[in-house]
This record gives sequence, C-alpha cells and structure tokens, in this order.
Amino acid sequence: MKRECFAETGFLGAAVLSASLTALILIFMLFLGFPLFRGGCFFTLLTTPWNPDKGLFGIYPMLAGTLSIVFLSLCWAFPLSLGASALISVIAPTGFAKFCKKTVQMLTGIPTVIYGFVGVFLLVPFIREMFASGSGMSILSASLMLSMVISPTMILIFTDTFESIPASYSAAADALGASPVQKLLYVILPYSRQGIFAGLILSVGRAMGDTLIALMLAGNAVAVPGSILDSARTLTAHIALVIAADFDSIEFKTIFAAGLVLYVFTTSLILLVRIIGGMGMKNR
Amino acid sequence: MKERFIEIFIKSFAWLSGLLLLSAAFVIIGFLLVKGVPTLSLSLIFGDTSPADALLLRRQVLTGLFPAMAGTCLLVLLSVGLATPVGLAAGIYLAEYSRGNLKSFFSLFYDILAGVPSIVIGLFGFSLAISLHHYVKEIYPCLLISALALAFLVLPYLIRTTQFAMESIPSETRLTAPALGATKLQNIAYVLFPRSLPGIASGVILAIGRCAEDTAVIMLTGVVAAAGIPGSLLSAYEALPFYIYYISSQYRDAYELQTGYGAAVILLIICACLFLAAFYLKNQLMDRMLYRQ
Repeated sequence: MKRECFAETGFLGAAVLSASLTALILIFMLFLGFPLFRGGCFFTLLTTPWNPDKGLFGIYPMLAGTLSIVFLSLCWAFPLSLGASALISVIAPTGFAKFCKKTVQMLTGIPTVIYGFVGVFLLVPFIREMFASGSGMSILSASLMLSMVISPTMILIFTDTFESIPASYSAAADALGASPVQKLLYVILPYSRQGIFAGLILSVGRAMGDTLIALMLAGNAVAVPGSILDSARTLTAHIALVIAADFDSIEFKTIFAAGLVLYVFTTSLILLVRIIGGMGMKNR
Repeated sequence: MKERFIEIFIKSFAWLSGLLLLSAAFVIIGFLLVKGVPTLSLSLIFGDTSPADALLLRRQVLTGLFPAMAGTCLLVLLSVGLATPVGLAAGIYLAEYSRGNLKSFFSLFYDILAGVPSIVIGLFGFSLAISLHHYVKEIYPCLLISALALAFLVLPYLIRTTQFAMESIPSETRLTAPALGATKLQNIAYVLFPRSLPGIASGVILAIGRCAEDTAVIMLTGVVAAAGIPGSLLSAYEALPFYIYYISSQYRDAYELQTGYGAAVILLIICACLFLAAFYLKNQLMDRMLYRQ
C-alpha cells in the first residue's frame, strides 16, 4: 500500500511540476520586464514607435508587423485549407484523397527552418523580380511562406472535424439524394462551424508564434509597414534580434514586453478555443 | 441553374486549392533536393578529416557538418531524456488519477504551455540561465540550458500523447486486472502502460523530431555558429537547424551556400525518417488493437 501512495505522489509531482512551468514563464516575464511597468508606461510602450536615438523604445512597429503578417498569411491559408480539406473529405476519389492526406501529414513534419531556407533562395528572388521592389524581403514573402507552414495543421484539423459528423446525418443527406457538394454545403459545413473556428484560432496562435519565417523572409525593418511589399519586423523576430544587446539597456528590457504580449495573446486564444469547445458540448 | 453553378464553383475551388498546395509542397521539396542532393558526400560531413578519426573524437572537424550533427544529437538525447520521465508520469496522473475539476485545471495549463511560442520558451531559458548565473558563475547559455528549454517545449505534447494513449484503452482491458485483484498501480504497470506503449513511443518520436528541428529556442539559449563538439554540458555547441539559418543569412561564398543546402537535405531526411517511424508505430498499434481482440 505504501508503494501505491508513493507512486501516486510521484505522478502528482510530475503533473504539478509541468503545470507550474506555465505559471513560471509568466512570472519570469513579469519580473524581468518589471522596470517597464512602473509608472504605467507599459501601454505607452505598445503604442509608441521605436527610435533608440531619441530614447523611444516602443514596440508598436513590431506589433503592427506581427499582426499584418499573421492576418495576410491567414488570408492565403484559410481558403486554401478549407478547399483542400473539402477535396480530401468529400470531393476527391478515395485513392487520391488518401494520397493528399498522407502528403499533408508529411508536410507537418518538415522543419520550419527549411521552409525559411527555401524561401530565402526561391521565393524572395521571385518576389523581387515580380514586383521589382527592394530586396524582395517583405510582408508578402513572409506571409506566403507562413501560410505553407500553417496550412497542413489547419487542413488536418478541418478534415478531422468534417469526418466526425454522425453517420446518420451523412446517411440522411445521401437518402435525400444530395450530391457530395450539397452534402458539404448543407450538412457538413454547418455542423463543423465550431471545429473550423477552433482550427482557425489555433492557426492564428501558430502563425503568431512562428519566429524563423518572419526573421528570415520579412526583412526585419523597424517601421510600421505601409504596404505588403514593405519590410517588417515581428515581435518574435524582435526577441531573436535584440537578445545579443547589452543586458542592462532598456532596449533589452523591451524583449520581455514583446514576450509578455505574445504570451498573453496565445493564452487568450487557447482560452477562446476552450470556451467555444464548451459551447459546442452544450449545444449537442 | 444557380445550384449547378455553385456546385461547379465549389468543386473547382477545392481542386484548385488542393493542387496548389500539393504543387507548392513539391516545388519546395524538389528545389531543395535538386540543389542539395548533389552536395551530399562524406567530405560535406567530415571535411578534410577522415571519418574514423572524427567519430572517435581523435581530431577536430573544422570544415564539415559533423559538429553540428553531433550537437543536434546530443541536444535531442538530453532534452528528450529530461522530458520523457516527467511527461509520462504527468500523463499517467492525468489519465488515471485525476478527476473532474482538477483534471480540467491541469489540462488547461498544459494547453497554454503547448501554445506558448517557442521563442518565448527560449527567452525563458535564457532568463533562467542569467538568473542562475548569479549563483553559479559557470552557467551561461549552454547545452544544458538549451536541453532544459527544449524539454519544456515538448513536455505538453508528451503529456497529451501519453494521456490519450492510456485513455483510449477499451474498458474490458482496463477492468480485467482489477477484477483479478490487482491494485491500481499493478494495473497501470502490468496492463495499461505496456498496452499504450506504441502510442507513447510515437509521441516520443514526434518530440524527438520537434527537438531536432527547433531553431528559435536554441538560438536564445546557447547555440553558436562554430564551437566544435561540445566538451561538457556547460559549453556552447553547434546544431543543424541553426547552421541552416546562419548560412542563409551570412554565407560568404558559393561553397558555404552548398553546405547550407546539404545541411537542409540532411535535416529533412532525419525528420522524415523520424516521422515515418512514428507513423509506423501508430499503425502497429492500430493493427495490434484490431487483431488481438
């Protein structure tokens, strides 16, 4: 009996240890970024520009860069994923659908740095030639490659949702003589609304948290971007670039503000997904 | 008429997006293979040193990828070694011991941890290193700190796959041992855990893949462009994904760029093998579940 108790305590210890990491990360960010919060200047930090020569260390340009790259990459990736998952679950013949799904699963295993590497030597020169502007490192290049990174996961979430509709619904649609596309439009899509929304939100989190694509392809200029061909810096890339700076400088402290913003954003997205999931349970 | 139009539109949109995605994927992988495969050779990995000397650590490899590959291997072994026991134990607790509110509380925390961007985990590792530096002077961002941070990164995945593998055991199997008088721990140790091993193993392999590919975490916690084989846990090291990133931004000549392509192909092959292994194990699990019952 003693062994039982001992084992349970051990398992509990591991669970508590892992859960406390989540809190510990937040505490570290708050503690090390603390000098920034005094006097309530944290929010001014989020809205002012970055100009170290004038003593301005706002992270507004990075926030704008992150949001524009995330938004644009979702504009490419969301319709693409929706179409591809409709193809896999409903429209394509079984053999081809299986092949597509296998390929998509393989794509989730490709390292992000490889997408970035190919982006630097294939996509960036292409964009440069196409639009004849600057270096080709732009929000457009980064968002295109980022959509390739987030699409496979999004497609897998969507197809899982599509395939989880009750067999009776599907059979009812078939019995009424619905074509595959009609079944998709009037049965599967309405039923999977919550799953689609959850997949979309999780992808926003992934796109926001990605460092390498933006770091390698967006050019990292510290300015609020004016067009999609402008270069931009994301919060994640900012952390990666400033880490080498002097430890006591304000410049260095801003990376904790950036980390905190990312942490709060992703956590709220997770909570949102949970709330949607909870609503889904009640509705059924 | 309108219905017909919608039908055609949706069908062609689905085919278009599917084919677009597939062709983009094939262009990316094809480009890398065409440029990278011709560079693969022993001298790419070992430089001018003979492979036997390099593997036995008798001579330093100065121009090849060997230090980066060794660094990645060590890093993966360390971080997965650190994360696996904790992850499995926490997963078992979640699946078998916790109930109700406590369970959803824990899983919320793991979900949040899984959603934290890897660069933030890296920043946490870096802050941990500088905080520890106040007490132990030898600690800088190093191999050990990177391994710890990567362990934090994969921990939630390990917990979730373990929990899922244990919970998907059918209740007939789950109840047999207790019916024969086994205690809860005996049931876990002799029935539930061995039964969920293939699922857990595929989770561990995916964790290895994540450790091998992640760049953002190690960038902040001690990887450098040239360090040789790490001498101790507290020294700086090289790693393949960081090497690829480094080459893409600061290659000096065509030869260095070639090694970058080579490194990318090697990393791709490693990740593909790990992925296939995880896939195979998962299917094994399915087969065993289906045929033995």
